[in-house]
Amino acid sequence: MLEPAWTAVLGANGPRSWIWWDWVRRHLGVVGHATRQHLEMTAIAVGLGLLIAFPIALLAWRWRRLRGPAFAITGGLYTIPSLALFALLIPFTGLSTTTVEIGLVSYTLLILVRNILIGLDAVPDEVREAARGMGFSPARQLVRVELPLAVPAIVAGIRVATVTTVGLVTIAALLGQGGLGTLIYDGLERDFRTPLVIGTVLSVALAAGADLGLLGIQWLVTPWSRRRT
Amino acid sequence: MVEAADVSFLRQAAEWATTGAHWRGPAGIPHRVEEHMVMSLLAVVTALVLALPVGLVLGHLRRGGVLAVNISNVGRAVPSFAILVIGAQLFGIGAKPAFAALVALAIPPVMTNTYVGMTSVDPDIVEAGRGMGMTAGQMLLRVELPVAFPLIMAGVRTSAVNVVATASLAALVAWGGLGRYIVDGLAQQNKPMLFVGAVLVALLSVLTELGLALLQRAFTSPGLRGEASKVDLAPVAGAATAPTA
Repeated sequence: MLEPAWTAVLGANGPRSWIWWDWVRRHLGVVGHATRQHLEMTAIAVGLGLLIAFPIALLAWRWRRLRGPAFAITGGLYTIPSLALFALLIPFTGLSTTTVEIGLVSYTLLILVRNILIGLDAVPDEVREAARGMGFSPARQLVRVELPLAVPAIVAGIRVATVTTVGLVTIAALLGQGGLGTLIYDGLERDFRTPLVIGTVLSVALAAGADLGLLGIQWLVTPWSRRRT
Repeated sequence: MVEAADVSFLRQAAEWATTGAHWRGPAGIPHRVEEHMVMSLLAVVTALVLALPVGLVLGHLRRGGVLAVNISNVGRAVPSFAILVIGAQLFGIGAKPAFAALVALAIPPVMTNTYVGMTSVDPDIVEAGRGMGMTAGQMLLRVELPVAFPLIMAGVRTSAVNVVATASLAALVAWGGLGRYIVDGLAQQNKPMLFVGAVLVALLSVLTELGLALLQRAFTSPGLRGEASKVDLAPVAGAATAPTA
């Protein structure tokens, strides 16, 4: 029963092996649907996470005293395990996408807030001075000078948040909310390896793909940093 | 936001938590807490024994950085739920797959942070130590390790909190621990039990994080204390994310 994983690579192919291509072929629709759900849940979580993290980070940047509370709250949320956070919410928001998204968004906040702050803090004082000297208003300085310079750190945060979220979304299956976790859960429930392997491999692939894609976006939006590397 | 139904639910949960029967026997709260803590501790200690020497040696030699750093990127991309179920396929159900999965999960952050911590030691300090005639062993124990300690501890904290979290998923592969309340609560639609289990898991995680943070502060060399916040912020752009509270 315990066949090593490499036999799959070498072509073992049946209901008891690590991969059974016939099953995959017959369930392409299911796999595709789960992948799409997974992507959607991840995108919503990271998108909402950014929408919430930006104002928090900007406030904490403007008023240093708010940093302590901002990190205490987002750090506290980050420390609560995802399954526990979902379970805490279920009595109030039920087995729903809302429950899943609240949980997922909570996890992105610490990483995003921290990296936005790191990016803004790293803007050299000379650059700030120059912008002020050119007559930029504080708001214009933020949008035109400071935020663009913070992009690499912010994208680094989005990458970490995205990769983490892709992994956590698998737990949504326990709440019946779909995603690639349903394949992993199916593998567990029916003691059937093929969906387990497909769910795991696709989840890792999504994480890696999203990571590379975000790196590509960063390359596109920061033309000034290309020459240096 | 808070409705009457929510208030009555919280009362039910409190009732569940204060029922004497839920505090006795193998399915009682004390036993589940103990299981959870013992399993987590064993997994983290095993991971430390395996990952610390590798990270220290690679970091000391400043070699193998690609491996040491990427292992935690890969580790983050593989869902812990999947690691657990794969563990169940390899080792059967119960404590064995839970332990194996938790150790596998705990290794990458420790290894990466140890490596990064060791390589972040200022070469001038190493040079000074060598100039004072320190042997390689003295250098490691009295110079490099203390300087790298805050980053290493950040890795240990990440691992420990991950382990406590994932141990609650281990109920899915028929192991015990506090996850039983959550998984059984979901299956039996027993929301008070589910909720109490979740509160206990959350508490244990937060206490683990706080306890290790205190431990870190107590054992950080006095000369480095002022830099703690800087060190905590440093690894974000790279591989090691430590939950900072």
